[in-house]
Amino acid sequence: MAQWLENVEPLTLKGQIAVPYTWWVGDTGSRFLNAVRHEEKIWGTRCETCDAVFVPPKKNCGRCFSSLDQWVEVGTEGMVTAYTIVRFDHPMHPVKGPFAYALIQLDGADVGLLHLITEDLDKLTNGVRVKARFKEKSQRTGHILDIENFQII
Amino acid sequence: MDNIAIVGIAQTKYERRKKDKTYLDLVYEMTTAALDDAGLTINDIDSVVTVSNDFLDGRTISGMAVGDAAGAYDKNISTVEGDGTFGAFYGAMRVLGGAGTTLVVAHSKGSEGDIKTVTNAMFDPIYQRHLGIEGITSSAIQANAYMHKYGITEEELAAVSVKNHANAMNNPHAQLPLDLTLGDVMDSEMISDPLKKLDCSPVSDGAAAIIIADEEQAKKAKKPPVWIKGFAHCADEYLLGDRDLADPRALREAAEKAFAMAGIDEPMGGIDVVELYDAFSYMEPLWLEGMGFCAPGKGAQLLLDGITAMDGTLPVNPSGGVLSAHAVLVAGLARIVEVVEQLRGTAGARQVKGAKTGLAHGINGPCGQSHCVWILSKEMRG
Amino acid sequence: MAQRVAIVGTGQTDHKSHRPDVSQREMIHEAVTRALKDCELSIKDIDAIIIGNMDHFESINYVDTWSVEGSGGVMKPIIKISTGGTTGASLAIGAYYYVASGMFDKVLAIGWEKNSESDTTSAIVTCSDPVWDRFSYSGAIPSLASEASAYMEQYGATQEDAARVAVRDRKNAMNNPHAHLRRPMSLEDVMNSPMLAYPIKLGDVCPRSDGACAVVLAADGVAQKITPKPAWFIASSVRHTYTWFGDSTNYNEGLVSLQRASSEAYERVGIKNPSEELDVAELYLPYTYAGLKYIEALGFCGPGEGARFVGDGHTEMDGKIPVNPSGGVISTNCIGATALLRVAEAAIQIMGKGDKRQVPDANLALATGFGGCFWSDVVILSGDRP
Repeated sequence: MAQWLENVEPLTLKGQIAVPYTWWVGDTGSRFLNAVRHEEKIWGTRCETCDAVFVPPKKNCGRCFSSLDQWVEVGTEGMVTAYTIVRFDHPMHPVKGPFAYALIQLDGADVGLLHLITEDLDKLTNGVRVKARFKEKSQRTGHILDIENFQII
Repeated sequence: MDNIAIVGIAQTKYERRKKDKTYLDLVYEMTTAALDDAGLTINDIDSVVTVSNDFLDGRTISGMAVGDAAGAYDKNISTVEGDGTFGAFYGAMRVLGGAGTTLVVAHSKGSEGDIKTVTNAMFDPIYQRHLGIEGITSSAIQANAYMHKYGITEEELAAVSVKNHANAMNNPHAQLPLDLTLGDVMDSEMISDPLKKLDCSPVSDGAAAIIIADEEQAKKAKKPPVWIKGFAHCADEYLLGDRDLADPRALREAAEKAFAMAGIDEPMGGIDVVELYDAFSYMEPLWLEGMGFCAPGKGAQLLLDGITAMDGTLPVNPSGGVLSAHAVLVAGLARIVEVVEQLRGTAGARQVKGAKTGLAHGINGPCGQSHCVWILSKEMRG
Repeated sequence: MAQRVAIVGTGQTDHKSHRPDVSQREMIHEAVTRALKDCELSIKDIDAIIIGNMDHFESINYVDTWSVEGSGGVMKPIIKISTGGTTGASLAIGAYYYVASGMFDKVLAIGWEKNSESDTTSAIVTCSDPVWDRFSYSGAIPSLASEASAYMEQYGATQEDAARVAVRDRKNAMNNPHAHLRRPMSLEDVMNSPMLAYPIKLGDVCPRSDGACAVVLAADGVAQKITPKPAWFIASSVRHTYTWFGDSTNYNEGLVSLQRASSEAYERVGIKNPSEELDVAELYLPYTYAGLKYIEALGFCGPGEGARFVGDGHTEMDGKIPVNPSGGVISTNCIGATALLRVAEAAIQIMGKGDKRQVPDANLALATGFGGCFWSDVVILSGDRP
C-alpha cells in the first residue's frame, strides 16, 4: 500500500444486512425442545445399526443414513469431554466472560452436547461431572438456553 | 488419471486491511498476474472457478461481484464456496472433464466484516449458534481435546508459532513475520483456553489465483509446469460433539487417497515440503498426524526433533503458514501457490533446496471438519 | 479423456410454501433418500456430493460441511457450489465434471432452499453492489419488470400473451405430484391478480417454496448397470455474463446470456433447428414474460415471435416443443433446487419416468437455468449414449 495512504482514513460506507430468519425446528427437534421446556427432560434418538444415542436427537443417522425412530431419555448429568474457557467478550455471547463452552456427554448418550459452564471454572477439567441447570419455568421458550448452563458437581 | 498441471500462480501480500483495494480489484490483479505468470491471455482461459463466501462479502451470490474481474465474460464459469483448495479441486475436475484451461481465483477481505459473526454462522442455528460459539472458541475446544488425549503441553504447541512466524520473515507476502521466543508466545494474551493470541492466526485481506491446464497445454507453458500427482478431499461429521475432535479421520482418508494416487507408500520420505493449514498452532501437529507423517499424538515431537524446521528433513510451512497470514478461503489456495513456488525453485529465501514433491493442504468447516490434500510434483504421473 | 456421464436417478420433496415438520437438513435427507430409491442405490454407493443453495436465504455458512448428516456426506468428499438462481444448473454441471474427470463413478448433486425461513426480498437485495447498485435495486421483480416492459414496447406483446405462459405451466403442474402450486389458473385469474410492478402481476410470477432436489450422475459403464435408460449429458454451457445490473439493461438485444449459452450447446451436439429437434424443454422461467422472450434466445422462434409461438400452442404438451411439463418455476420455486429441478425433470422425461407428465418418446431434452444478473445455463440430455 502506498506510503501516503498509511495515515489516511478512507471514506467508509457502513452497511448492515438486515435479514430476519425464522428456522423451522422440525418434528424431531420440537419434541426435544418441548421436553426441555415443559418437563426438564433431555431426550435423544438411538441408531440401532450404529448402536449410538444422539443428543440432540437426530431424525436420521448421519453415519448410516437410516431413519431413526427410537427415542431414549438420557440423564441430565454427564461428563465434560472437552472444554474451553472464553476470556473475551462479544455481543453474541449469552453471558459475560469468563465462561466456558463444554462438550458434555450426558449419561446414556454417545456424543457430546455443546453447552455453557459459567461457575466454578477453577474446578473445570476434562472428565469432570456436571449437571444441567434449567431456567425458571416462566423463562423457558423452547430454546437450547432453556437449559441455563451446566453446573460442576 | 490424465496428467494435469498448474501453469500459473499469483498471490497478494496479505495485510490486516487493504483499504485502497476492493476485493474486485484484488481478483482482477490476481487474475492478471496469474495469466502473466503463465504467459497466457484471458482468451486462453476456457473455464473459470471463482471462490468466495456470501457471509464474508456480505453479498448473496457473492460470485456475481467478481465475474468481470475474473474474466468471466462469455466463458463457462462457476463458484465454489469453501476454501480455495476445494475450489481448485473442482477446477481440476473441469480440466480432467474436458472444460479446457481453467482459472481458479479466491478472495476475502476479513477487514470488511466481523469474522466472529461470520464464523458463528457456521454453527447449527437451532442447537449451537445462540451459544455464541465461533471459529476461535470451537478451535480452542479441539485444542483442549487434542492436548488432553495425548498429554501435549502448551509449550510444545507454542514452538510451532515460533517456527512459523520466523519462517514468515523469508516470505514477502506474509502479514506477520515475527522473531519470537517461546516466552513471547506463552505470555501473549489468553483468548480462549488454551489458545493465546500468538497461537492464533490473524484476520487478513488477500487473494490468490492458479491456472490449471491439461498435458498438451502444460507442455507449452512459459514456466515449468507443476504436476498434480494425487489429490482428494473428505468431510467428517458436523455437529460439534458428534466426532472425536482429536482424531482427524477425514484428513486421514483424504491423505491416504492422495498418496495412493501419487504412488507414494510412505509419506515421510515421499514428500520434500509441506504447506498445511495451521489456523492455530495446535493444528500443525494434529494435521501432520492425520496425513500419516507420524503416529497419532507424535506430531509435536516432529518439531522438537527438528524434522519440520526449515533445515529439517521435512520442512513444514516455510512460508510462515496460515499463522502468519490468513485470508479466509484464500489461505488454502495460497498453500498450493507456495508449493508450486517451492517446486519451481522460485521460493527465494524460503526455498527448500531440491524440493521435487510437495504437499499442499486446506480445510473447510468448523475445527477442520473437511480436508483437501494435494500432492504436487515436478514430474508427471506415470 | 473425459468420461461420458449420465443421470441415473432423481428425487425431490413435495414442494410446499412451508415445511414446518422438518429442519433444513431433514428436508435434504428426504430428497436424497428418494433419489437413491429411484436408482436403487444406497448412500454407500455415492462417491462424492455437490450441494448448493443461496446462503442468505437460510443463513447457514459453509453449507457443505453443515449438511453432511442430511446430504449423506459423512466421510465423503463434498463441496458447495452457489451461483444464485442458476445454482441448480451449476450443481448438475459440477457433478458432471466430477464424474467426467474419471475420478468419481457416482456423484450426487443436491439443490435445496427453505424460502419460508427468511425474507426473500431483503436477502436477494444483498446480491447488489452496496456502493453502486443497492440503493436502486429492490429485488428480483422490479428488474424483471423493466425487462418485460421493454419487451412489450419492442414487439407489441401484451399482458395477455404473457399470461398464457402461466396458464400453460399451472395446467401442467396438475400432472406433477411434487409441484408446489397445483391449482390451475385461467387467463382471467392472471389478468385479475394484483399488480406488483407493471407489467408483472401476482399471477405472472413464481411462488417461494421449501423444497429439495437430488440427482445421481454416473459414469459410462456404471450408468448402464443402474438404469435401463440413462439420461446422457451431451452438452452444457454457462454464461454468467454480467456483474453490474446497469450492464444488463440492453433488453432490446434479447437475453444475451441465453443466446450465447444455447448457441454453444447446440453447436456442440449439432442442433440446428431446436424447436423441431428437441422433444421437450424444461425452462427456468421466473415469470411469464420470460416464457415469450427467452424462447427467442433459445432459437425456438425468431425475435419478437415468442407471443405468437406460445399463442399458437407450440409449447403445449401436445405441441411441437412441450415446455415445462413439470409446471416449471411458476409452479415451484425453491431457488437453490429450481434449476436442478429443470435438469431432473428433463432427465425424468428421457428416462421415461414422467408418468402423467411424460412427453411420449422424449429422447432429446433441454434444461435451462436463470438467475443472478440475467445469467443463463443450458444443459442438453439425450437418451442416446454420445
